[in-house]
Formats: sequence, C-alpha cells, structure tokens
Amino acid sequence: MSTRRTVSLFATCLGDQLRADAVEAAAAVLERAGCAVQFDPRQTCCGQPAFNSGYWREARAVARRFVDLFEHVEAVVVPSGSCTAMVHRLPQLFADDPDLLPRVRAVATKTFELSQFLVRELGVTDLDARLDARVAWHDACHGLRELGVRGEPRALLAHVRGLELIETRTCEACCGFGGTFSIKLPEVSTAMLDHKLDELQAAGVDVVASLDASCLMQIDGRMRRRGIRVRTMHLAEILAAR
Amino acid sequence: MTPPDEAHPNAFAQQARDALQDEVLTGALRRATDLFGERRRAAIATVPDWQELREHARKVKAHTLAQLDHYLERFAANATAAGATVHWARDGDEACAIVTRIAAERSASRLVKSKSMATEEIGLNEALAARAREPVETDLGEWIIQLAGETPSHIIVPAIHKTRQQIGRLFVDKLGIPPTDDPDALAAAARTRLRAHFAAADLGISGVNFGVAETGTILILENEGNARMTTTLPKTHVAVMGIEKVIPRFDDLEVFLRLLPRSGTGQHLTTYQSLLTGTDPGGEGPDELHIVLLDNGRAKIAVDRVMRETLACIRCGACLNACPVYQSVGGHAYGSVYPGPIGAILTPQLQGLEQAAALPFASTLCGACKDVCPVAIDIPSLLLELRRRAVDGTPGQRPVRLRRSERIAFGLWSWFARGPRRFRFAARLARIAQRVPLLSRLLPPLSAWTRTRELPTAEGRAFRDRRRGGNR
Repeated sequence: MSTRRTVSLFATCLGDQLRADAVEAAAAVLERAGCAVQFDPRQTCCGQPAFNSGYWREARAVARRFVDLFEHVEAVVVPSGSCTAMVHRLPQLFADDPDLLPRVRAVATKTFELSQFLVRELGVTDLDARLDARVAWHDACHGLRELGVRGEPRALLAHVRGLELIETRTCEACCGFGGTFSIKLPEVSTAMLDHKLDELQAAGVDVVASLDASCLMQIDGRMRRRGIRVRTMHLAEILAAR
Repeated sequence: MTPPDEAHPNAFAQQARDALQDEVLTGALRRATDLFGERRRAAIATVPDWQELREHARKVKAHTLAQLDHYLERFAANATAAGATVHWARDGDEACAIVTRIAAERSASRLVKSKSMATEEIGLNEALAARAREPVETDLGEWIIQLAGETPSHIIVPAIHKTRQQIGRLFVDKLGIPPTDDPDALAAAARTRLRAHFAAADLGISGVNFGVAETGTILILENEGNARMTTTLPKTHVAVMGIEKVIPRFDDLEVFLRLLPRSGTGQHLTTYQSLLTGTDPGGEGPDELHIVLLDNGRAKIAVDRVMRETLACIRCGACLNACPVYQSVGGHAYGSVYPGPIGAILTPQLQGLEQAAALPFASTLCGACKDVCPVAIDIPSLLLELRRRAVDGTPGQRPVRLRRSERIAFGLWSWFARGPRRFRFAARLARIAQRVPLLSRLLPPLSAWTRTRELPTAEGRAFRDRRRGGNR
C-alpha cells in the first residue's frame, strides 16, 4: 500500500442513520487499506431525494452544502453508488450557475464509490477479510450503469476467505427501490424485487450483498415481510469481517 | 380491471396495481420480455463495433433533428419528384381527415393496414370506422388485438401480453375454428383469412420506419410479408410517417438497419425490408403513393434543445423489454399508446405534461433503458427533466398539480438537511415515529412503505453519534 491517502468519508444520510455498522466498516476498511479517514460531522445529504423527484430548488440548497463542505478535501469516499452517481450528476443540477459549475465539477471528479476507490484508485483488492458464507451480489443500478462499477466489488469479494460468490441471472436487475418510487408505487416496487428474490431463494444463499444502503433496506424489508431468512450485508461489512 | 379505452396515463398507479393482480399477464410478460432481452444480447454480441454504431446513429439523428425542416423539405421534394403525393398534417385530426378523404375520393371501402404506431397515436382506425371504412389489421399480433377489441401493449409486439391459450380461445370465439392453441394452426387460420382481405383490398395503409431525404424513399421493416402485400397489392398506398423518421442519406440506412432489428427482435435483419420510392406508372405496385407527414406535437419537441433527443427514437422496443417496471406491469398500465421508458418521455410531450405527469415518475431511474437504446437516448436524464418541469412548470406552462403534501415534505426536507443539528433532530423524530407501530401503519410515507415491506431496523446509534461519542 503506497502513499498514505487522506480521504473524507461521506456516510450518506441513509447510511448514517440506518446502516451505521456499514459506514463504520467502510472507515475500518479504508484505514486497513492505508488511508487516513476523516469524517466531517457537518455533512448531511447529497440532495438526491429532491433532485430525483423534480424539486431541484430544494435539491440545490442541499447539494450546495455538499460542495462547500467537500471542495477542499483530497478525496471523498462514499459507501454508496447512488449517492456517488448523484455527486457526479451535480453539473446537470447546476447547469444554469456558471460561477458554481467549475467547483461542482471539481468535487465530482474526486468523489468515489468505496469499491471504485479501493480497486481503481488504491489498487487494493485483498483486505485480508474472512466470511464463511454463500453470498449473492446485487449490482446496484447507479453504481453499475452510471459509474460502471461491475468488476470492482467482485474483485474484492474474490479475495474474501471462505466466501462463495453466487452469480444470479437477475443480479443486474433493479431492486425496485428508486427513492420516492418505492412509496409512490409500493406494489410495483416490490413486484420488481420479488422476481429477484424468487431466484435468490432458489439459489440458497446466506447473504445478499450490495454497495448501497438503499437497495439493502428495500431487499431486507421485503425479505422480512416474506419470511425469507437471508441476511443483507453491505460490501464494506463483508470486507471488514475477519 | 380498468377497461383499456378508459385507461389514462395519470391513472398509472391504479392500472399498474390491476395488472399485478393478473398472474397470466405478468407471467406472459416476463417470459416474452426475458426472451427478447436474451435474443437481443445474442444478436449484438456478433457486432464488435456496437458502441460506435450507436454513437454514429445518435449523431445522425441529432444532426437531422437540429435541421428537421430542411430535411423534411428535401424528403418531400424528392418523394414528389418520384411520383408520390406528400401531405402535411399538423395533428392527428388533420392526418385522419387526409386519409379518410383519400379513401372516400377513390370509393375505397376495403382497407388493409400494416402495423404502425403513428396510426395508433392518431386513432386512425376509429376515424375510418366512423366512415364505415375500418381497415383490417394484417400484422398477426395487431390483428389479434383488433379481434379482441384491445389496444397494443408493446410498440413492436402488440399482443405480448397474451398467451397462445388466450389467442386460441379468441380464434375459436371469433373465427369459429376448432379448439387449438398450436401456434402453427393459429397462424394458418390467420393467414387464410388475411389472404382474402389482401386479395380484395383497394387501399393499403402503412407506417414508415425511415424516410430518406436524399431520395424520397420510405423503408418499412417487417417479418410477416403483410406490409409488403399491404403496400403493393391495393391500387392506393397511404403511408403515415412521423416527421422525426426522416434521415438525410440513403447510406445512413446501413447503420440503422444494423441497429434496429437486433435491438427490437434480436434478428440480424428483418425478413422483409420494403424500400419504396414513388410509383412505377404502368409497372408493378400501387398506382398512387400518398405520404402523410405527421407533426402532432413533434415539431414542438424538435425545437426544445433539452428534450429534442426524444425524437431520435427508432421505435425498436428494446427499452420496454429491458425496463423492470414494464416487465412487471406491461404496456396497458401506462394508459398511453407509447408505453415503457420511451412512452414515459414521449407521451407527456405529445399530450402535454399535465395529461401524463404520472409517467415520468413511473421509473426507478435504473438506467437499463439507456443501456439498451440503439441510439443511446439518455432516457433517465430526460425523465429527470420532465419531473423538474412537472414541479416547476416551464415558460407558458404552469406547474402540474402534484400532491401538496409532497411539496411541503421536500421543503421541510431541504431545511432539515441544511444543518447538522436540524438533521439530527429530524432523524430522531423519524426514529421515534418508526418505533410506534400505529404511526408506521398510518403515517405517510411510512404507511406506504409498510404496505409491502417491513421498516428498516436502525443498527444502534447513527454513525455521526458514534463518532461524536468517541467510539472510534
């Protein structure tokens, strides 16, 4: 592990509140990879909920804070593909603001999803982790399609001792969360997921893992309602496990 | 279940719930869309320069749409020089009136028609039926839909929502054939009846896949030979063409012909490609070719710099097959002629955002549509833009009447997310609300979540509080 990088952890609002163990694991993994990890307690949200719902004025106010807070750090690492993709999308939100736009772009280029940062930026794939489990991977949409994160988590999981990665046919299918979509169209949202869950159940896995707290919340909530006894784990939690 | 003719884009939520109740429908949809997806993947795997092709096609479309009037004029001039008669229709009513008049002037009463979404969009069959000139649909899927009195639920596979058992029962009922669900027997029954219609037809109606400005040629792609017969057997051929279908040069077809069949049906090429340039007096084919150039809201989209990309669509249907929402609920839930991701961006622009504001929200923004689009239309970004316009309005268009509670909620959210202390306070309130079972069942948005899922169980303290407490 080469030069010591200082990274600023963006916990994301959902991660901070609902998956604190995963955020803590992300910090631990980054430290294990040789980074100095900072956490700015003034952080809140990237603005995505409002942006995706059409409330761009409200989203700008929140996203601006993100830019103010993180523009002077070396790198921002996010345990979420969706929030990272949102930061990369900020230029669309601030397209009418020529003064802010260069600053927005600068923050976007140094904001990375966790697995992307570990593999592409640090060149690390083996974190000396161990987890005895059959694990199905869920390719979270924004990480997969907006950031192009597909091989990175798999490269990391391949080095976890005892872990058997189960590739499913529906691993790239959306979990149905989609932010406010999940509460605007709850039945459609879970019907989309049920298709995946049927396959996961048949595959007999112990864990379904992903890199977004939002997908995991959706998958976990539906599995508990359906009585499917499969654990959800964030990638960071697997990588931190020993 | 909502009757198809009463379906409305803004009733998507109810229509989608209805669709989910129908297990025959959801099963048929899943099988068919998965199959088309697999075929598409196999077909594009044989094209090493697929991404370059998409990029090339996107550029051709962008170039054409940026000077649409120029290319349309060239197309019209060259088509006219080749012997076609070109008509300009501002909207659906004008287009229907033109076609009806052409049929009436020639006393044509036996009409056949090949599959065309543009004619579905303008309700041409209904308009002609009102003058006792309803055309017989000759595409097998479209004919099934016509017999059943339904509307297409997919832009290239109109009867995708039907099983062969359902089609068998429909044929027994409407055609009096002996009971069967054998696809060959059903196709044979259809062929016998449709041949008789072709032989008798005095006017054929078709759509257009591409119109070549350079030569005035129209191209029609199909697999059953029905479009070939519709456009060659009757004395008069009327082609209805959306103005966005024009492309500059004949050579451009090379690119689009590699992209469209592979994306749509997973074929390397459709069975038939009919390239029609004007008429051949005294020779083969119809005596008259009429091309109706249909605007119906497209010109307005073409001058909208942000949304213009919508018109690059070549109607392959790949985004429908790839969309997890479409795969789950099918086309009729959209209550619009164009369903799925392309419908969710096109319908609100053709009909007005107020009329179809629910559709841009009927997506998780998963991006599968953008990935498969052969012209790389950035559908998620266009959905986001339409959502913004619904909330903010545009010059000359008031904001759509969305739920007031939503506006208030995002206003509050924005305030709470602008400071760490407010944020922590709001998060605490949410944690309390979540722990009270009655609230989680009755209080939106928790109640909407818990209708189909359990609430998340927070893992102890929030990360920020752990950090503050000196825990690590």
